Amino acid sequence: MNGTRNHPAYWAFLVHRLSGLALALFLPAHFWLLGSALQGAASLEANLAWTHQPMVIAAEWGLITLLAAHLAGGLRLLALELLPWRDWQKTLAAWAAGFALLAGLAFAFAR
Amino acid sequence: MALAPLQVDVWRGREDGGFQRFEVPRQPSQTVLDVVTYIQRHLDTALSYRFACRVGMCGSCAMMVNGRPRWTCRTHVDKVSEGGLVQLAPLANFPVVKDLVADMREFFDKWARAGGQFVPGATRQDAFAVVDPASAKRREADAGIECIGCGVCYAACDVVAWKPDYLGPAALNRAWTLENDVRDQGGSGRRAAVASDAGCHACHTLMSCTEHCPKHLSPTRAIAGLKRATWRIALGDEE
Amino acid sequence: MTRLEARLWLAQRATALVLAVCVMVHLATILYAVRSGLSAEAILGRTRGQWGWAIFYGAFVLAASVHGAIGLRTIAREWLGWRHGSGVAATLLCVALALLGWRAVAAVVMS
Repeated sequence: MNGTRNHPAYWAFLVHRLSGLALALFLPAHFWLLGSALQGAASLEANLAWTHQPMVIAAEWGLITLLAAHLAGGLRLLALELLPWRDWQKTLAAWAAGFALLAGLAFAFAR
Repeated sequence: MALAPLQVDVWRGREDGGFQRFEVPRQPSQTVLDVVTYIQRHLDTALSYRFACRVGMCGSCAMMVNGRPRWTCRTHVDKVSEGGLVQLAPLANFPVVKDLVADMREFFDKWARAGGQFVPGATRQDAFAVVDPASAKRREADAGIECIGCGVCYAACDVVAWKPDYLGPAALNRAWTLENDVRDQGGSGRRAAVASDAGCHACHTLMSCTEHCPKHLSPTRAIAGLKRATWRIALGDEE
Repeated sequence: MTRLEARLWLAQRATALVLAVCVMVHLATILYAVRSGLSAEAILGRTRGQWGWAIFYGAFVLAASVHGAIGLRTIAREWLGWRHGSGVAATLLCVALALLGWRAVAAVVMS
């Protein structure tokens, strides 16, 4: 039924769901790596060394962007559901996408 | 200059059926309903399909046209033909009776389950109800009141596909119009119904309903309203 | 549980509001940290003994665990067709994530 899915609100839903899925899968690894500090700073440093590879750095950028996208999409949903209805939801989706991109760029440049 | 004939893939049979191809002569300003009618009259009289008013008022002719739910009487072939090919199928998310005819019973059962009926309180002895059309509640009700139950939104909704017991956009939209009707007395029962496990909270704001509604209604808007109206029920306040 | 879907919806929105604040702080923190250094010593230097951060991240972990578990449950039911077992799996996941997350918080604050 692909014909019914070709509109901005659907893409916003898909981005929100898929970014949430990716973040949920990432979280255990994130917690595990930080938890290795329990064995001391050296242990954490050893694990962090693995994250200095270019692929991992690129993945980190991706995750930050996904986090920003999920946040922006989530704020849009909260606005749609909690505030009285206004017909500018499509614009909201655009703002959300813009914010996510900005956050990603900021991170990329800060690196 | 004669137009090349249209190739039309039409669903035949029930859920386990298949597409059958027909060739239909093109006409200027031809609608998809014209095409289906031509097939049934001249090529295969056994083809089953629905229509009634043929002027975009009743919603009976709704079906999937190239993967999107539409009213065939209001769909010009020019607008949907993909390289001279049009695919017709019964409305998605509905059981199939035969060919292009969808079984609407569950759709209307859900309408009833969502509390989609007006519950009166006044009698003929009472004075007329005074409802200001400019009031916020009446404007909110009016925004969704034109629904004619055609099923296009229900066919477009992926949540209906993913969660078969979901009440769906049309039923919930109707419930919202009644929630905003100051004369209606069925509020608490209706709110309990739309806050059920099959109710409004399943909506993910995909907005395919709003995108496809031929009357330009917004069930998403109505469902957002229902979510706001029923959040206390989630905390255990059964009114 | 009666009204399960309505309650999960409410919990998802409530944790979303908490997470909106936490994520914005976290994104800002990441941007700062990326500039000041991501070695184990740099990270632990900022978090060691900081009970304010412990409380913040403790709450963040709890909200994220609940929010993520509910989201994954929905995906399992809608896209994987899990009618039975999605609730149990989600609960287990929520507990596991929370414990792993709190372990990580303890690791960076108490190391």
